[in-house]
Amino acid sequence: MQNKQDENRIIASSLTYTYPEAAKNAVDGVTMRVKKGEFLAILGHNGSGKSTLAKLFNALYVPSAGTVWVCGLDTRDDDLVFDIRQHAGMVFQNPDNQIVATVVEEDVAFGLENNGVEPKEIRVRIDEALKAVNMTKYAKKAPHMLSGGQKQRVAIAGVLAMKPDVIILDESTAMLDPSGRQEVMNTVHRLNKEEGISVVIITHYMAEAATADYVIVMDGGKIAMSGTPREVFTQVQRVRELGLDVPPMTDLAYMLRKNGVNVRADVLTVDEMVEEVCRLSSSN
Amino acid sequence: MSIVIEQLNYVYMSGGPYETKALSDINLTIGDGEFIGLIGHTGSGKSTLVQHLNGLLMPSSGRILVDGLDLADKATDRRAVRRRVGLVFQYPENQLFEETVEKDIAFGPKNLGLDENEIARRVKDAMRRVALDYDELHERSVFELSGGQMRRVAIAGVLAMEPQVLVLDEPCAGLDPRGREEILSLIRNLHKEAGTTIVMVSHSMDDVASLAERVIVMNHGEVVMDGAPRDVFSCGEELRGMGLDVPQAVMLAQKLREKGYDIPEGLYRTEEIMAEIMKIAGKEAQHA
Repeated sequence: MQNKQDENRIIASSLTYTYPEAAKNAVDGVTMRVKKGEFLAILGHNGSGKSTLAKLFNALYVPSAGTVWVCGLDTRDDDLVFDIRQHAGMVFQNPDNQIVATVVEEDVAFGLENNGVEPKEIRVRIDEALKAVNMTKYAKKAPHMLSGGQKQRVAIAGVLAMKPDVIILDESTAMLDPSGRQEVMNTVHRLNKEEGISVVIITHYMAEAATADYVIVMDGGKIAMSGTPREVFTQVQRVRELGLDVPPMTDLAYMLRKNGVNVRADVLTVDEMVEEVCRLSSSN
Repeated sequence: MSIVIEQLNYVYMSGGPYETKALSDINLTIGDGEFIGLIGHTGSGKSTLVQHLNGLLMPSSGRILVDGLDLADKATDRRAVRRRVGLVFQYPENQLFEETVEKDIAFGPKNLGLDENEIARRVKDAMRRVALDYDELHERSVFELSGGQMRRVAIAGVLAMEPQVLVLDEPCAGLDPRGREEILSLIRNLHKEAGTTIVMVSHSMDDVASLAERVIVMNHGEVVMDGAPRDVFSCGEELRGMGLDVPQAVMLAQKLREKGYDIPEGLYRTEEIMAEIMKIAGKEAQHA
């Protein structure tokens, strides 16, 4: 796999995971990859296997069958676990469950200290990481005084300080209000664009998935759909069958087309819908 | 039955170094049978406010009258008030604890001292209302259920108290779209069929737009807007300034207006804006 490592951050091959004593595989023969610099969204209803898949990506779970390579490292190899987590950092759903220290900058330092990074280097990395998530002025604050969106950005800083190649967000915006969600999404998009860090988001918000480069829809532990957000969401019926929504504007385009109005089917955003309406009225 | 809130103030950690004024001078009347959407960013005071509605928190000053009864009055039976005003917390499934679905839902009614038949009737009725199949699920462990089902069990536990007012704090948080739709449609039915007064706290403007008849917006512990959805959502700038969204249909209407299209003010539902686009397309089609 080494030769493909330059282009692919994560490669899953016939990946299968079965929870102890479960009758069905939670993840069932998934083959996929996360490319360098890619922003990937994984969708699926509850129980579809998407969170299990995410946990296989940083060796929280070890495959029951098949293989995951994270930057060329096989997650089945016990000795590589810490290296793997350095390459692929994870941010979880509940901001209150992942902050361990009583001061923001100490929380960001936690992983570094555990990895035996030099104190001088730790200082540099904390400052860079907090700057990258716009939390520098909160460095000395107590995490419990922060908003949910701020806490999640601290959690992202903790991951960033490890200089990862991939950040995985497992429903990290689910408990946040709209502005908190926006803060987190803006942060990861910027890290993706400016630092070239690959991002994998597991989400129930179709509007978030619409901003990704590529979307995977899970169902019954398998990949049910995949493609660019446009390719996936245009298939409104299929997406609904899988227990998901489409972004509101895609839904509107779908209903308009059903009513004989000739707008593009793959509209994702408000601005695109505005364009379509303008095109409609000027094309005559 | 109405709830009247008069000059309500609430201060957390009063007198300490972290003293925080969470609610200031709230005046509201929640009328019988209303469907209210309560919105505001995190920390705006929504959850603090709803915990006052059944006496879980007591005002620092001001008063709450539930059906004319003052909650702060020692003579008021607060337990009786809690029966009338049911509160569903955020992530209510975290509070499930009994061995079976039936026992968990029956917990409240049992504590009311109701007889076995009445308890059984209420459990069945509550399960029907949240669309959980009694025969299939009543003996199951709550912990074997899906996230959406667990949440419905928790809501059923509140419904089994047969409240006249149901207050739900972010009832759809963390659910997938199907689970969300299930919860929203059961709330819609409770309001329509049983006439239950609903106060729904939500971060989703689209959910509020599709259900609520009245929208109350909180910011920094104050009620800053209170009106029909079309009036509240037409204040897009103000809402965004408070860290809130507007429904995408409202944004679309606004942007089309900026492009010179004649879209009436106050549209907020997708169907309404669709009708307008149809008009634009229809008119053009005649020219073609």
